[in-house]
Amino acid sequence: MPKDHGIGASTKRREDVRFLTGAGRYTDDINLRGQAYVHFLRSDMAHGRITSIDTAAAAGMPGVIRIFTGADFEGIGGLPCGWQVTDKHGQPMQEPAHPVLAQGKVRHVGDPIAAVVAETREQARDAAEAIEVEIEELPAVIDMKAAVQEGAPKVHDDLTSNLCYDWGFVEENKAAVEEAFQKAAHVTTLELVNNRLVANPMEPRVAVGDYDRAGDESTLYTTSQNPHVIRLLMGAFVLGIPEHKLRVVAPDVGGGFGTKIFHYAEEAFCTFAAKAINRPVKWTASRSEAFISDAHGRDHVTTIQLALDAENNFTALRTETYANMGAYLSTFAPSVPTWLHGTLMAGNYKTPLIYVNVKAVFTNTVPVDAYRGAGRPEATFQLERVIDKAAMELGVDPIALRRQNFITEFPYATPVAVEYDTGDYHATMDKLVEMADLDGFAARRAESEARGKLRGLGVNCYIEACGIAPSNLVGQLGARAGLYESATVRVNATGGLVVMTGSHSHGQGHETSFPQVIAEMIGIDESMVEIVHGDTSKVPMGMGTYGSRSIAVGGSAMVRATEKIIKKAKTIAAHLMEAAEADIELKDGQFSVAGTDKSVAWGDVCLAAYVPHNYPLDEIEPGLEETAFYDPSNFTYPSGAYACEVEVDPDTGKVTVERFAAADDFGNIINPMIVTGQVHGGLAQGIGQALLEGAVYDENGQLLSASYMDYAMPRATDVPFYQVDHSCQTPCTHNPLGVKGCGEAGAIGSPPAVVNAVVDALRSGGSGITHIDMPLSPARVWAALQG
Amino acid sequence: MTQVSMTVNGQPATGEVEGRTLLVSFLRDQIGLTGTHVGCDTSQCGACVVHVDGKAVKSCTMLALEADGAEVSTIEGQANADGTLNVIQQAFQDHHGLQCGFCTPGMVMSAAALLKENPKPTEDEIRHYLEGNICRCTGYHNIVKAIMAASGQDVAVLAAE
Repeated sequence: MPKDHGIGASTKRREDVRFLTGAGRYTDDINLRGQAYVHFLRSDMAHGRITSIDTAAAAGMPGVIRIFTGADFEGIGGLPCGWQVTDKHGQPMQEPAHPVLAQGKVRHVGDPIAAVVAETREQARDAAEAIEVEIEELPAVIDMKAAVQEGAPKVHDDLTSNLCYDWGFVEENKAAVEEAFQKAAHVTTLELVNNRLVANPMEPRVAVGDYDRAGDESTLYTTSQNPHVIRLLMGAFVLGIPEHKLRVVAPDVGGGFGTKIFHYAEEAFCTFAAKAINRPVKWTASRSEAFISDAHGRDHVTTIQLALDAENNFTALRTETYANMGAYLSTFAPSVPTWLHGTLMAGNYKTPLIYVNVKAVFTNTVPVDAYRGAGRPEATFQLERVIDKAAMELGVDPIALRRQNFITEFPYATPVAVEYDTGDYHATMDKLVEMADLDGFAARRAESEARGKLRGLGVNCYIEACGIAPSNLVGQLGARAGLYESATVRVNATGGLVVMTGSHSHGQGHETSFPQVIAEMIGIDESMVEIVHGDTSKVPMGMGTYGSRSIAVGGSAMVRATEKIIKKAKTIAAHLMEAAEADIELKDGQFSVAGTDKSVAWGDVCLAAYVPHNYPLDEIEPGLEETAFYDPSNFTYPSGAYACEVEVDPDTGKVTVERFAAADDFGNIINPMIVTGQVHGGLAQGIGQALLEGAVYDENGQLLSASYMDYAMPRATDVPFYQVDHSCQTPCTHNPLGVKGCGEAGAIGSPPAVVNAVVDALRSGGSGITHIDMPLSPARVWAALQG
Repeated sequence: MTQVSMTVNGQPATGEVEGRTLLVSFLRDQIGLTGTHVGCDTSQCGACVVHVDGKAVKSCTMLALEADGAEVSTIEGQANADGTLNVIQQAFQDHHGLQCGFCTPGMVMSAAALLKENPKPTEDEIRHYLEGNICRCTGYHNIVKAIMAASGQDVAVLAAE
């Protein structure tokens, strides 16, 4: 019988009511009295030197309040990078300046040159068209390998080259890896591209800046996954506003998928301009603008090699990856191809020796940063593809080859610096084989073939590292932030609770799932708990939501704060019942004295805390409010096995995903309904990456896929009903809830399953193909079939 | 500026608009109905779907002036008279057919238009009808399921989850 409340219950989401009735409050729904609107004039050239900007005509246009250019931001900080990677020689990465508005040069199509603030959105846009900008066009560097050639045009004149860093991991293993390759019985090599994507949350980015002259206080309303991080980065590094004079609010946010983690120029601009003109300033991105200003994702070009011995055991792995940074370093960009990618190269396998080389490259394209999975999909894709190719070359069953090399003992220290605490990879594979009916595949293939179609099966595993931590380690690795989370639990006098969490919900349902945890701990109704998030003036501190960290890190902070609450409440209860504190038990919202029939209700204890007439004032203070900061001791390691079945039309190359099954191990689960939904969404994004999506630049740096007319978003007809299971549960050993995180799994595990399946389908039709780069569009698949 | 008048969710709405003002801008900016969203600028995403004289319309692709005299219905007008969720809204909540909620108003309005034309659509018919509504969160599974449930179909038999 499934639970109907508390941990493990599929409680329906309370936030849905407002979203379903049009009562959600997204940033663009916020309109402040006296608000002005900004329109950014953006570069239509990928690379060029600004020789003049003439704003005179535009300044005289109707409604124009003020026009800003890069000159207005001289002496003001640029957008900071939050992670400094050290290269294989021990040197810091090259870190260019990132001005709010372009200064001297434009470096990608979409780089903001000027900003027009006017009375209406339309007036701002009209006036921007009247600004005369002269730009001397420079040759653009788009291809990463060309960008690092001697003599390539430099994106940043003050850097020595376009190479941000050349990272080796683990550098000390390199020689041993080389030796293992020399001794290998078989080596499989695969070159592949992890296609560049645009995150595309359905809500475009919005920023509203406000300034209160009386209090000298600035407020920014923004579409962010982590308002406290924006407050710190923008306040301390860009505008020089101390945190107590700066409030950042991220209200209902319409999806993020990573691209709303970062601090963007438009946020700093609106905050700055609101003070400069002493009026609120609002910016709402159009979708076209989002395509050329939101940080993109992925964009790796990789060569991976797997060495096996004569018994098909993996003996070594080495990779060389070119990772696109785009024109500037977005907030966490350097960490994605390194610490979020290299550390995952062991996957689910006991490969003893691994060497990962990553060359991060500047190009004249939009900055690239974390997108759902961030580094981990790139690691999983190349690893699971090279294993499939190895199985193909060796003529062995790809599932058996994986099983043979599974890690089976935990904790397991990988050769790439991380230690998996728990997992059971055979269990998720067993579950997958059953739920995906792999035994029935041959019959389904025969049925497809009878209709002239090719059917393929792709299976793969994945491992993820969620809740990146601990702070003292990530600090050594170059993070310029702590990676804890905070929670304040406030109990009101009549027993209701408010949790102020630094985690941020932009679709994940925290308002529902977080109260389930507290309801379970105290034994009260979930409706007695309210979640407050997304406002730096209400929540003490927060690192936000990304990397599937909310329940594992933010939830743990909430548990720790609640434990403090319960401890204090027990002291009060002991006093009220004249018993020893050690004898107090809390169950179903009642404090009782063990072995007696004495009890006092949760609400009475809460009331006593605020009306302390009968209260141990000599021992404890009145009130019932506690804060905890939780800094995890390790990542969590969700894992799973995925199976995709596709049908390919050999006449057109069109791929149809017929079946998709996902068996995940997320450890303990708070709300199965929400977890299942997270997997569904991740699967669609992974299938989208594999079959449809791709941000494509031409050689001049024009983004060809810059709207939904050209960038193929997955639609309802592109995906099937998914089979999702998370009954295999090996709880995390180091957080209080035993949870692992589920937000990115679907996007990490699914692309290799789809590509494995398509390659399998094509080979079943007699093709000798071993790989096709994503997205597997009909044109690419058809071309592959033609040989 | 030209005066435009229409009925929105049963209430009269009047305003001064430019010729280029879109219906969605009129709804959001002039009469404050911010439930209708703008997710793109190429009439692709469907976050802005409303009903105009009973037909589903992308309100980003219609001028406010074109709706002069029309009966417009938006997400704010969908709940039952007592404020409870209507059948489609309730099915979306029951089957977790929404996450961030941004595409949701358009999805609900499209679903309502579909069920009016086709009271018992198949999975395939639903997926094709939603061609013009993009969701980035749910992977569509639970949206399709919710619409099937709202039409009275048994969804317990759908793929395991």
